[in-house]
Amino acid sequence: MSRLIRPGDWLVLLGGAVLTGWLAWQLWGQGQARNVTIRAGGQRVASLSLLHNRLVPVQGPLGVTVVEIAGGKARIKQDPSPRQYCVHQGWLSRAGQVAICLPNATSIELTGPDQPYDSLNF
Amino acid sequence: MTASTSDTRWLYAQPHDHRIARLAALAIVLAVVDAGIPSPLPGVKPGLANIVTLLALETLGWRAAVWVSLLRILGAGLLLGSLLTPGFFLGLAGGVASLAGLGLTRAWPKRWFGPVSASLVAAFCHIGGQLLLARAWLIPSDNILYFVPAFALAALLSGLVNGIFAGKLLEGSSCAPSTPSPSP
Repeated sequence: MSRLIRPGDWLVLLGGAVLTGWLAWQLWGQGQARNVTIRAGGQRVASLSLLHNRLVPVQGPLGVTVVEIAGGKARIKQDPSPRQYCVHQGWLSRAGQVAICLPNATSIELTGPDQPYDSLNF
Repeated sequence: MTASTSDTRWLYAQPHDHRIARLAALAIVLAVVDAGIPSPLPGVKPGLANIVTLLALETLGWRAAVWVSLLRILGAGLLLGSLLTPGFFLGLAGGVASLAGLGLTRAWPKRWFGPVSASLVAAFCHIGGQLLLARAWLIPSDNILYFVPAFALAALLSGLVNGIFAGKLLEGSSCAPSTPSPSP
């Protein structure tokens, strides 16, 4: 009764630690992406590993979108679309991230070992 | 009806009220100290005032803990100038959730569960209540979930430390209702 930390307290502490770990694993552990899927006009053009650094030109209705893969990340390096939103998004590194270039109808999507959820159609 | 001297009502503060007021005053001081401690993430605070809520819970019961907690939230809000701001409502939501959690732990056997359990449950309920309100009202976006593990870790640490503090203070039983306290 007078003990500072009683047996049940250890259980509660363990439960809290497990909950914290589970939350971190669920919300932070979706981890690094492994592959990038490149689409043009809704069609999948290529699915490439992020481990090989390279530049990939993709043809769209306005011109060529250049996708750069380097150091486990991917970005739209160049795009003819007027507002350049997808270029300004910069480097993508987490699974599930997407950069879409409109109206050139090209996009890149990062995928991991397990896909958390589709952020566009969820 | 005109007011006359016979309508005067006197409200006498019982010793129980004095104890609650004393604990609430202590809690307000700790809440002000708490607000002065810099924190890496908004909303992550040690929650020192919750030690007083735990003391009230153990020595005076759950209703007293509710009084002490709500008086502390109101008083600290007045002192810090945060009354009726979003931060105040977040604290209130966390406080109410904590009190609900503490009410649950009252039913647990004392032999197995002490102030550390109560403190941990209260800490997790606190961030739970805060996050629910923040998600529903202030930041209606799932991006807030990204910070949840950090909040949970903070709750784990502060809940443990505050619980041990409260347990230590209760061992000394300096604030047990049986001991006569010096009148101010």
